[in-house]
Amino acid sequence: MTAMAEMVVPSFDDAEESGRKLAIICSKGSLDMAYPGLILGNAALGEGVELHLFFTFWGFDIITKGRMEHLKFSPVGNPATHMPAALAPLPGMTTMATHMMNKSLEELDIPAVPEFLDLISASGGHLWACRLSADMNHVTEADLYDGIEGIINASDFIELTDGAQLLFI
Amino acid sequence: MATTTIAGHEVVVDDEGFMTDPNQWSEDMAPALAEAIGIELTDEHWTVIRFLREDFAAQGETPTIRRVSTTGGVDTKRLFQLFPKKPAKKMSYIAGLPKPHGCV
Repeated sequence: MTAMAEMVVPSFDDAEESGRKLAIICSKGSLDMAYPGLILGNAALGEGVELHLFFTFWGFDIITKGRMEHLKFSPVGNPATHMPAALAPLPGMTTMATHMMNKSLEELDIPAVPEFLDLISASGGHLWACRLSADMNHVTEADLYDGIEGIINASDFIELTDGAQLLFI
Repeated sequence: MATTTIAGHEVVVDDEGFMTDPNQWSEDMAPALAEAIGIELTDEHWTVIRFLREDFAAQGETPTIRRVSTTGGVDTKRLFQLFPKKPAKKMSYIAGLPKPHGCV
């Protein structure tokens, strides 16, 4: 009789009842700063991690219906674009840089912001809007992406992310 | 790397238990792989598995959750129901493919 190796089965952490929890605070509204939170959040969901995204201050543009499709990327003040600093503020430069970034994202099949939020919602991610930012911008839930679960204050956010790992972007 | 037997086929698997050679996979192994991770295959599971196999053959890489939903036609919410918690990894495991490399 030949010895038979026992079947090795990957652990998908199914047994863990109190799983990992991740909260990401999205506070920036430029195109390049919107994506890190969306990409990491989406990756967390794919790993079975409970996810909460909290949109605040400039990050409100990511979830504001009239703005979410028009986020911009500016090379101003960003030496990592490797563009001469004097050229960055020229007229049309932001439009061009934004266009180029959107094109790169599209080539990699990375969804646009609204579709990315759809993906995160469908994957079970929780989306929250900041109360103070809403009041400052005179924005109500009607102005926000439909998948937003609520406009909550800072204390609510702290309460619901009890035990979560936290990321501020 | 180790050799193991799945549904009567001798195959090579990595340390985690993922098959390392997609060519060693055949459809009759899927139910055993699924059962090992607590999934009973339905027609919908098969739709996903067959799409994964076809797309891998065509593209040379395992499709991500997003690609299965946009190109394979099984929406994201449903994928999370069919392959709970870690759909991308679970479906590739059952289909005998490497985990997807893409971020999104």
